[in-house]
Amino acid sequence: MALDSNPKQDFKIVGTRVPRPDGIDKVTGKAMYGADISAPGMLYGRILRSPHAHAKILSIDTSAAEQAPGVKAVVTSADFANPGDDYFRDIRDNCLAAGKALYDGHAIAAVAATSKSAAKAAIRLIKVEYEVLPHVTDVDAAMAPDAPIVQEGRALENVPKGMSQNVTTHVEFGHGDLDAGFAKADKIVERSFKTAATHQGYIEPQACMASLGADGRGEVWCCTQGQYMVRANCAEVLGIEASQLRVISSEIGGGFGGKTTTFIEPVALALSRKSGKPVKIVMTREEVLRATGPTVSTSMDVKIGMTKDGRITAAKADLRYQGGAFPNGTVEFGAQAAFAAYDLEAVQTLGWSVMTNRPKEVAYRAPGAPTAIYAVESVVDELCQDLGLDPLDVRIKNAARKGTLSAYGPTFDEIGLLATLEAAKAHPHYSAPLGPNQGRGLSCGFWFNFGGNTCVSLNLNDDGTVGVVEGNPDIGGSRASISMMAAEELDIPYDKVRTVIADTSSLGFNDVTDGSRVTFAVGLATIEAARAAKREMCSRVAKIWGLEEDAVTWEDGCVKPAGPNAGEHPPMSLAEIAAIANNTGGPIAGHHEVNADGAGVSFGVHLVDTEVDPETGATKILRYTIFQDAGKAVHPDYVEGQMQGGAVQGIGWALNEEYIYGEDGRLQNPGFLDYRVPVASDLPPIETVILEIPNPGHPYGVRGVGETPIVPPLAAIANAVSRAAGVRLTELPMSPPRLLKAITENA
Amino acid sequence: MKTIHVETTINGDATEFLCAPDESLLDVLRDRLGLTGAKEGCGTGDCGACSVTVDGRLVCSCLMLGAEAQDAQIETIEGMADGETLHPLQRVFLEEAALQCGVCTPGILVAAKALLEKNPDPTDTEVRYWLAGNLCRCTGYDKIIKAVQTAAAEMRGA
Ligand code: FES
Ligand code: FES
Repeated sequence: MALDSNPKQDFKIVGTRVPRPDGIDKVTGKAMYGADISAPGMLYGRILRSPHAHAKILSIDTSAAEQAPGVKAVVTSADFANPGDDYFRDIRDNCLAAGKALYDGHAIAAVAATSKSAAKAAIRLIKVEYEVLPHVTDVDAAMAPDAPIVQEGRALENVPKGMSQNVTTHVEFGHGDLDAGFAKADKIVERSFKTAATHQGYIEPQACMASLGADGRGEVWCCTQGQYMVRANCAEVLGIEASQLRVISSEIGGGFGGKTTTFIEPVALALSRKSGKPVKIVMTREEVLRATGPTVSTSMDVKIGMTKDGRITAAKADLRYQGGAFPNGTVEFGAQAAFAAYDLEAVQTLGWSVMTNRPKEVAYRAPGAPTAIYAVESVVDELCQDLGLDPLDVRIKNAARKGTLSAYGPTFDEIGLLATLEAAKAHPHYSAPLGPNQGRGLSCGFWFNFGGNTCVSLNLNDDGTVGVVEGNPDIGGSRASISMMAAEELDIPYDKVRTVIADTSSLGFNDVTDGSRVTFAVGLATIEAARAAKREMCSRVAKIWGLEEDAVTWEDGCVKPAGPNAGEHPPMSLAEIAAIANNTGGPIAGHHEVNADGAGVSFGVHLVDTEVDPETGATKILRYTIFQDAGKAVHPDYVEGQMQGGAVQGIGWALNEEYIYGEDGRLQNPGFLDYRVPVASDLPPIETVILEIPNPGHPYGVRGVGETPIVPPLAAIANAVSRAAGVRLTELPMSPPRLLKAITENA
Repeated sequence: MKTIHVETTINGDATEFLCAPDESLLDVLRDRLGLTGAKEGCGTGDCGACSVTVDGRLVCSCLMLGAEAQDAQIETIEGMADGETLHPLQRVFLEEAALQCGVCTPGILVAAKALLEKNPDPTDTEVRYWLAGNLCRCTGYDKIIKAVQTAAAEMRGA
């Protein structure tokens, strides 16, 4: 049987805009998210949090809380196990503090009670004796030799001796001779930048319901980007076996990277084990902002040299990222991504990870890349302004392309950067006139994309329909795209396929939904599973017809004789083969397990027009256009949705969103009123242009699309605002007071 | 704390419940009545995920007490479709992919319906300002605004 092995070009279903399978439930209120479940006898859990940024916990007295009406269990970190390695110990100590409270909002203890109000009242009865310690929340301050130490002895060996113990890792990338490169430049710009921490801002707070018996058997229902990750973390923290814990992922109300770790699930399990009842914990918005993962905040220096005609001769970036109270490595992604869009002879990026008394940083869409690329693209724009060059021409001239040795090491294969830059140049937006106080900005964006561990099962039902079982929570319509790829491969109608997300006991391990990996890697595994099912169908039919397997072939959704020598046999459809499967050897299924690589890097370009009010410092986004290479856009609606949603998150990062810590080290804006995410009236329509440069690493040419769109907005808007205001902005967010100050000082 | 007995009408059905004096309408709907379509995104009136209408007025149910629902007419997302026939807003949201994760969707649909009842032919700016109290973190709002306009045109018979 012959099956094609080159990327497919002609599609019947892929590329159309079919309805999503979870749609009706989501518009009628039936869809079950994390907080929407309840169980008989269920208790409500509530967590007590540290009011201090940094404090030794001298004692915790839970006796009064235990006696309170309705309270069935109280837990502290003493109820957790002792995992063997740092990674899981950090997760444990972030779930409930051990010995020290490391940031404002750090969980200290938890209760389970028969009602929400009883649980809320009971946590006030827990007496914690603290010894308050000096704290640090700013990245540069935390690197100073005399800074308060957040955790001792956590630095890796690559950190030079003599630095603050808060510096935990150091990375370095690049190639070429920097000095020679800068010597060739006609103009060098060197700038320092700062960016505030932001939050993923998913609308659904973390929520879970957990049940654990004294025999070590348990279940967790939760909103997560990875049920297998929850299982591993909980098993380690509770000291139980993974096989005994079944984790079910609910519908998920947004994640963006923020639901790739655990905060409440181990706590709920510990409460359940102690009380013997199922326990539900739902975070408040304040808890989400104080204690779940924001991004890093940064301090960065970038230096770039350019010739008069716009060729970059050398480029250097020094990136300092604080990632909260535990070691973290996001700066590595930033250092790798910083100059990815450029073909450079001499480039160097240095990165430093720093601990502070803030919540542990968690991934947020293209983690680490938006800030680094913001600094780089701001300097490139300033060079274009200084040298009187067109910023798109300069990017085209220096663009990375197939064969470019990237700044972070690999040599690029087929990439779509030039195509997106040229599409931007040709678009009417780029030549539209601007009015007074208006400015146009642009930026390239990049993300590595990821494949990873993936398992898919595909089952033929005897009525000719197909079930796909996959293990990645659907955060943006992926069940639709997976069904589409299965239907495409099997040549059956889309509505004959139903894709469901398995719990951890029903399918092998899958990496979390991250790295823009699901449509790529689960899609690839689904296609391979469908091919396995097709091979099985061919073999069954060959047997029926009394032929060798290679005498039949799969064509147009049917098994047919491979050629005239195979004799005359009417083609058999999937439905016909499935209907008699029990007579030909039993149920027919295909499955595929892979650690997928070949994800294919992703580039995009954003173009934005802004208007700045010189009286107030307020910025209005007038027009916004996104150009991005999607490989093959499986469901164009949801590709556009990823592009638009990511861009708007980036707009928030550029203009408003900001973690604000007071002198006391407490978060001052833990609510949506003061942590202001973009609302509909802040925004214009977001126009999208999808380019399709097939990814050679996927049978249909698919690339991940979800993360790249958050990368360019920071610099694109900073460049537009800087041009509109006549002054270079170097700090995010460009909130009205900050912009007004820059305008006033410049006047 | 003594509970309060409340008689009200939800999605056209006479409903009775007991609630604590400090219990929000949202908690009553979700925890006592099993109507989990309205979501709690913030509990402080800032996200609109808990939107319902009370006597025709759009409210954040997290900011209203359950006890205040006495004798009121409450409409939630669960009452928006007519049996298996979706409301035009619901159908167009699906057709035009105006949702990704969908957790904001019940609140946005309830709010959009309330808008179109007051103003059947809004401008894009009016839709954007009306929905400014409903946060969506996934979509960037673009497809939401377009879908509301498509549904509005359809409902006007345009
Ligand atoms: S939950 Fe009511 S406005 Fe957010
Ligand atoms: S669709 Fe996810 S918040 Fe709106």
